[in-house]
Amino acid sequence: MRTKIEVRDLKKSFASDKGPLAVVDNVSLTVQEGEFVALVGPSGCGKSTLMSMIAGFLQPDAGSVVIDETLRTRPDSKGILISQQGSVFPWLTVRENLMFGLNGHAPSDKRTVAERYADIVGLKGFEDSYPHELSGGMLKRTELARALAVKPDILYMDEPFSALDALMSLRLRNELLQILAKERHTTLLITHDVEEAIHLADRIVVLSPRPTRVQTIFPVPFGHPRKVAGREAQELRVRILSELGVDREEIG
Amino acid sequence: MARIKEILPALALITALIATWWGAVIATHSVIFPTPWKVITGTFELLKDGTLWRHIGASLLRVGLGFGLAVCVAVPLGLWMGWVAGAYRTLNPIFQILRPISPIAWIPIAILWFGVGDASPIYLIFISSVFPMVVQTTVGVHTIEKRYLRAAENFGVSRRTLFRQVVIPAVLPQVIVGMRIGLGVAWLVVVAAEMIALHSGLGYMIMDSRNAGNRYDLVIAGMIIIGLIGLSLDTTMRILEGTKWARWRYAH
Repeated sequence: MRTKIEVRDLKKSFASDKGPLAVVDNVSLTVQEGEFVALVGPSGCGKSTLMSMIAGFLQPDAGSVVIDETLRTRPDSKGILISQQGSVFPWLTVRENLMFGLNGHAPSDKRTVAERYADIVGLKGFEDSYPHELSGGMLKRTELARALAVKPDILYMDEPFSALDALMSLRLRNELLQILAKERHTTLLITHDVEEAIHLADRIVVLSPRPTRVQTIFPVPFGHPRKVAGREAQELRVRILSELGVDREEIG
Repeated sequence: MARIKEILPALALITALIATWWGAVIATHSVIFPTPWKVITGTFELLKDGTLWRHIGASLLRVGLGFGLAVCVAVPLGLWMGWVAGAYRTLNPIFQILRPISPIAWIPIAILWFGVGDASPIYLIFISSVFPMVVQTTVGVHTIEKRYLRAAENFGVSRRTLFRQVVIPAVLPQVIVGMRIGLGVAWLVVVAAEMIALHSGLGYMIMDSRNAGNRYDLVIAGMIIIGLIGLSLDTTMRILEGTKWARWRYAH
């Protein structure tokens, strides 16, 4: 396997009333090509800041992000970010949204590609709908399809399903796994949901409270499809949760 | 039936006001202040000899030209000021000083610069409607949500696509709000401007009716017509707010 993302000694602090506030402190991390890595940490620990730096939206104070052996300085369409609040354009139809990132295609090709990805995520028949006519799950599907349509090397997912209800979140997780089984993308997922991380990831990186550091890394040695309710998975969950500072008694 | 019920109170109030007016004129034996009936016969008189249509046409033409010119200047200027921070910092203070100056205060200068022809009221309409539209358009650009600009940056689209598919559609609802405010002000101003040194238009008609033999029936007829046309202009702009270019903004 080839190294896809190499994060070296990343540091970031923000100005606050009480002087500089360190948010990310010396994070180093390597992600292999095609690997699915989940970043789990307490809320407000700086996960999103870390992801923003890796995706190129934010410049680190120190350290570097190297992707495909090239220093990352700004975002590009090889790595698409999917965020919690979503960024599907409300003034464009589903089809127009899916066609948005397709630069350098002929118009008819754009249409074909958009239709194919609408089909993959189960949006067939909704191509001409506007986002405000869609449910939260459909909106997420649109966002995912728009990202996949540009064939990114890397998917950056920042709590993508946390605004959905539990059932819809589970369904989308399964759909994501099915898509990734067909089109392998290197994926970086931020989540506070340990179960979601175990369900999806090959490796789980536990981050410390702010300023965040890599605390522990857990490999997830289970094949797909996974039984998150299985004994081994539950044991892993307890270990990760206790790493996050949740006592065994509290987990129950 | 439900609609009739909705407008019933307003209708009742209008009827009551007209009745009071009528009663008061009869009770005071006023020779100058007309009864509602005299206003109606006066209106028909103006309709028959065609002067009413001529005045309405003149006023609407001035508003059309002045307001149209203002749209052409305000929208590009507002987009530029919203997008380029330096342009905003340079121009905004001047606009904030010019904006609170009543258009009426510009009348002497308008006459000095443009004489007493059509150019003066067109200039006044322009100056009064351009500022609210610049301000609204600038606000529109400033309030584009970061997540949408970030998504556009992520997909690495061209500047042309960025403007055509993100910035312009995102700002359009605000532009339409600005146009509604601008057109409202323009209609207020044209009547005021026509009261001075002009020989056509509804404003002129009102002043002329008074000067030429105290025809207060025609004065009131003119006022009511101004109100009704103002209402229909605003309704037109409201319809624009309901089109698909703006509807996404209010859909949640």
